[in-house]
Amino acid sequence: MDVATLTASLQLAAPEVMLAVGAMALLMFGVFAGDRAAMLVNAAATLLVLAAGAAALFYVPADGGEAFSGSFVVDPLATYAKVLIAAMAAAALVLSSTYLQNEKLAKCEYPVLVVLAVLGMMMMVSSRDLIALYIGIELQSLALYVLAAFNRDSLRASEAGLKYFVLGALSSGLLLYGASLIYGFAGSTQFTEIAIASGEPSIGLIFGLVFLLSGLAFKISAAPFHMWTPDVYEGAPTPVTALFAAAPKLAAIVLIARTLFEPFPVLSDEWRQVLMAISALSMGVGAFGALAQTNIKRLMAYSSIANMGFALVPLCAGTLKGVEGMLIYMTIYVVTTTGIFACILAMRRREGMVEEISDLAGLSKTHPGLATALTVLLFSIAGVPPLAGFFGKLYAFIPAIEAGLYWLAVFGFLMTVVAAFYYLRLIKLIWFDEAEQPLIAAPREANLIAAGSALVVFPILILPFAAGPGLELISYAAGSLF
Amino acid sequence: MYEAIVFSPLAGAVVAGLFRKPLGPKPAMYLTTALLFVSALLSLFALYDVAFRGHEVTLQLFTWFAVGDFSADWALRIDTLTAVMLVVVTGVSSLVHLYSIGYMDHDPDQARFFSYLSLFTFAMLMLVTSDNFMQLFFGWEGVGLASYLLIGFWYKKPSANAAAVKAFVTNRVGDFGFALGIMAIYFTFGSVEFDVVFDAIAANAPVTPFGAEAAVPARDAVVPFLNWNVNAIELSAVLLFIGAMGKSAQFFLHVWLPDAMEGPTPVSALIHAATMVTAGVFLVVRCSPIYEHAPYAAMFVTAIGAVTALYAATVGLAQNDIKRVIAYSTCSQLGYMFFAAGVGAYGAAMFHLFTHAFFKALLFLGSGAVIHALHDEQDMRKMGGVWKKMPWTWGLMIVGTLALTGVGIPGTPIGFAGFFSKDRIIEDAFLAGEAGLDVGMLAFWMGVIAAFLTSFYSWRLIFMTFHGTFKGPASDFDHAHDAPWVMRGPLVVLALGAVFAGVLFYGPFVGKGQEGFWRESVYVAYEDHGDAAATDHGAAVAHDVSETETEDAAAIDDAADALEGAAAPAAVDAAETDAAVPDAAHAVVADAAHAADGGPPRYVEHHVPDWVLWAPFWVTLAGFVFAVLFYGLREGVGAAIAARGGPLHSFLFNKWYFDEIYDFIFVRGARGLGDLFWKGGDQGTIDRFGPDGVAAATLLSGKRVAKSQTGYLYHYAFVMLIGVAAFATFLLFSARGG
Repeated sequence: MDVATLTASLQLAAPEVMLAVGAMALLMFGVFAGDRAAMLVNAAATLLVLAAGAAALFYVPADGGEAFSGSFVVDPLATYAKVLIAAMAAAALVLSSTYLQNEKLAKCEYPVLVVLAVLGMMMMVSSRDLIALYIGIELQSLALYVLAAFNRDSLRASEAGLKYFVLGALSSGLLLYGASLIYGFAGSTQFTEIAIASGEPSIGLIFGLVFLLSGLAFKISAAPFHMWTPDVYEGAPTPVTALFAAAPKLAAIVLIARTLFEPFPVLSDEWRQVLMAISALSMGVGAFGALAQTNIKRLMAYSSIANMGFALVPLCAGTLKGVEGMLIYMTIYVVTTTGIFACILAMRRREGMVEEISDLAGLSKTHPGLATALTVLLFSIAGVPPLAGFFGKLYAFIPAIEAGLYWLAVFGFLMTVVAAFYYLRLIKLIWFDEAEQPLIAAPREANLIAAGSALVVFPILILPFAAGPGLELISYAAGSLF
Repeated sequence: MYEAIVFSPLAGAVVAGLFRKPLGPKPAMYLTTALLFVSALLSLFALYDVAFRGHEVTLQLFTWFAVGDFSADWALRIDTLTAVMLVVVTGVSSLVHLYSIGYMDHDPDQARFFSYLSLFTFAMLMLVTSDNFMQLFFGWEGVGLASYLLIGFWYKKPSANAAAVKAFVTNRVGDFGFALGIMAIYFTFGSVEFDVVFDAIAANAPVTPFGAEAAVPARDAVVPFLNWNVNAIELSAVLLFIGAMGKSAQFFLHVWLPDAMEGPTPVSALIHAATMVTAGVFLVVRCSPIYEHAPYAAMFVTAIGAVTALYAATVGLAQNDIKRVIAYSTCSQLGYMFFAAGVGAYGAAMFHLFTHAFFKALLFLGSGAVIHALHDEQDMRKMGGVWKKMPWTWGLMIVGTLALTGVGIPGTPIGFAGFFSKDRIIEDAFLAGEAGLDVGMLAFWMGVIAAFLTSFYSWRLIFMTFHGTFKGPASDFDHAHDAPWVMRGPLVVLALGAVFAGVLFYGPFVGKGQEGFWRESVYVAYEDHGDAAATDHGAAVAHDVSETETEDAAAIDDAADALEGAAAPAAVDAAETDAAVPDAAHAVVADAAHAADGGPPRYVEHHVPDWVLWAPFWVTLAGFVFAVLFYGLREGVGAAIAARGGPLHSFLFNKWYFDEIYDFIFVRGARGLGDLFWKGGDQGTIDRFGPDGVAAATLLSGKRVAKSQTGYLYHYAFVMLIGVAAFATFLLFSARGG
């Protein structure tokens, strides 16, 4: 690899390079400045993540091409995902500042770990090689394991971190096993080479694909690889959960799309069946599992399982419109879920954070603005028209129906109905029940992000301006897989 | 102007209703009352302008809906009939508003009350000004709604709620008939416009009912109904009358009216005496072209009216609640109006409606003053002797009673309002009966008997309430006093009406001036040929006119036009002076104006035998004498008779057991059926296997899923591995199979 190629590669990987270097710098600064500078580091990390997103958008040419001998790719899909990941991660960082201070968790490592996780996610969405894929996943996961257990004095947080780590290691094992099988039968780790080699699908390749897919499904907490999700969501500090719920899910599902469409078009009949099973199971587990929950973070964990199921529905179609539908759904989902977590972070009483859904009772009287925002977000995620979530589901189900997957679409509709119950129960609590003890004033950034995402999912405001160009953009991004 | 009449009550209702919190009760009260008085004054002018100066108009406001051929407009059709109703409605309503300022003084919810009252008035005005059946139906339902709201105004009282529901449900029965009637009319004529329908009937124009192959003359059109082919006009007439029966509390559908007395007394006066309950009479008169050509339906109307007049009067004998007595009296008087309309004496029906509004509102408001003074006591057995304490109320109630019982001297223009209108109805029924309409003769006799009973129970009410000794708590008696002037004023105005409305308006309504007064708004068929149906029908005969319909209609119009001009004021003047004598009026052979025109005389001599003329007088006197004997001279006679009355008294006291029978057949029957469908059908089948079952299964699954989340790491890892193994196995077999 000569200098020119290396320079070109580094230029394409500019956001990742920025994050990597920035993370080191912040770590050094943090080590020397101590935890007093934690908030400063947090702010700097936020800016860094945003700058990386901006670099991905403006600096790196969107149709950039390959780097590092074809193992790293920059295409519209990667760019779109990177920008969105950066935005969601930045939002999670902003949301965490007040919480960390209040909970005495304000340490320099926190933002650095988030930056490293973002780096991993960006690598995931850009990887076109099994090794790059694994590095991206591990980089992201290791950072997240630590973040889950960040409140190490808390038994629950430690338990959550440990469970996440052990199961994550198991899933990495599955993934690696699958990768080695694929390498063994296809003779290459590069997606393009695999695609050529898998012209003659063999059992070994199919097995490899199943293991690889299982490892990836763990990352989006799709059933039956979802078991860690409720425990980790509940145990981890809430801003970490907010981070978990949005950016990594997007990165992993984009990675799944790329890993299925690029190297295995020949095996699409096989992986579509697996994907359908995963999707239906996730929708079912997510919808039913949340019914009995009383902790709002646990409830959101099941909600995210169900939503991943919904996001997989269009992918099962195996078409361009399917990828588009997935991207639309995920975009709306990450915005909505970040907004909801902003509201959860606003649930604070004098003695500390509260997480029971009954604590939301009477929110409409004590915090009318927050209550309105949360209601809009919940209606949206439940799929009530005319909110964005409805259109997300619409675009998710149409490709499946067009591909003839009626039973999957019908099952999805039914699970939407079941899931609507617990969202509506929250709304009922907010508006019709009496508060036992009011929440104290919410931090400003939580209010801002809640209100912002509520406005975004309120399509009357954005549809006329954003719908056309937005859909075009997503279509452009999805097109890079075909 | 007409817009102002109709819409100012609405404005009052909206402002008082929506802004009652910021405005507070006082402004809401004064605003609605003031708007109503504006409306009432304009209505008086409207009556003068329309009825005496002939300025009829129809204002099209805007289109309500137009679906295919089916369209309806919002319109204000102002003719004499409407103008009379405008005066009655706004007049009584404004006085009741004023009275309520005093009566509702201590109520915490005055603004709501006045808002409802004004809303009612608006709906009633929409009803009377409509020029099509759809708007009529809107007003019809609107007054029903307002009535429901006002009967249940004290919604914390279970009995008031029950009464409100009963009124609403009973009216639904009637409204069902009414709606079917409108459908039958649309089915036949393809329109719901009054003008289109009435003109088609009057001219016997060809119409094409839906599904008919060819056009047929309107009066011969048939519609299929319950597998029969029925004459369309007869069917529409009967169905519309069923609506009128509900609204006007006629026999079979009367059960709600006595219970409606649970509402505040001003409501009883306005809605359940003077205005809403007369909507049915208005409907029949408005649809006079239909009833004129539906002889059997008209006989049905006559029969129901006559039976109601008698039935309600008998029940009124045995009631002890002061308001219920008056309610049954209202029911009975409405029966008079209906049988008048049934025999074709539309003018007389409207005349009685007009005078009745004054004296019945007076009686209700007077009884309200008594109830108010005695701390909401309504049982006459706990009253007595209060005339000294409240002389004004006593005097005014006496005036109302004299007007209701129709005291007057036949053959002279001396008498109270009811004398002119009720006696005229009885005479018209007799004439119809004499001309061969059997049901007319039946109505005459029932009317006479009812007049006797009316006199008896009315005086019984006066004696039990005002005379004898007081039987309630002594403190109540000491505190009893006349109502304040805000309540007394309306009573005095109504009392003036109860005394003079008859003598002043006899001419225009039913006397010499009637043709110039009603003009086109009331239709009377003229037939001289031997059409069996027509001779059966009293209308044609009662007025004993010789004229063929179509070709001579033009001549009538000419005559009417002539009257509208210069002759009208003269006719009115004449009516108010000499023609006001009923006897004289009956003897008038033909109107001079007609004679001069050479046109055919429209209203000719009413030869009523003297005994018929005097019969109401004597029975009224007899009723008074009996009341004096039983209740006036010595207390306890009436009570003793009641106690020893045995089955007859129980029969009357329990209102002929109508409530019990209805309860047994309809309420319990419906409830049993409902229980069957509810418990067996809905809960047992649909809910159990439908929503409830699915919900329970869903919740159970939710708990299972949550339970599977054990928290043990090895469970989690196990599930993951099972998943991988399952997928791999599945693909292995499917790959082999494929």
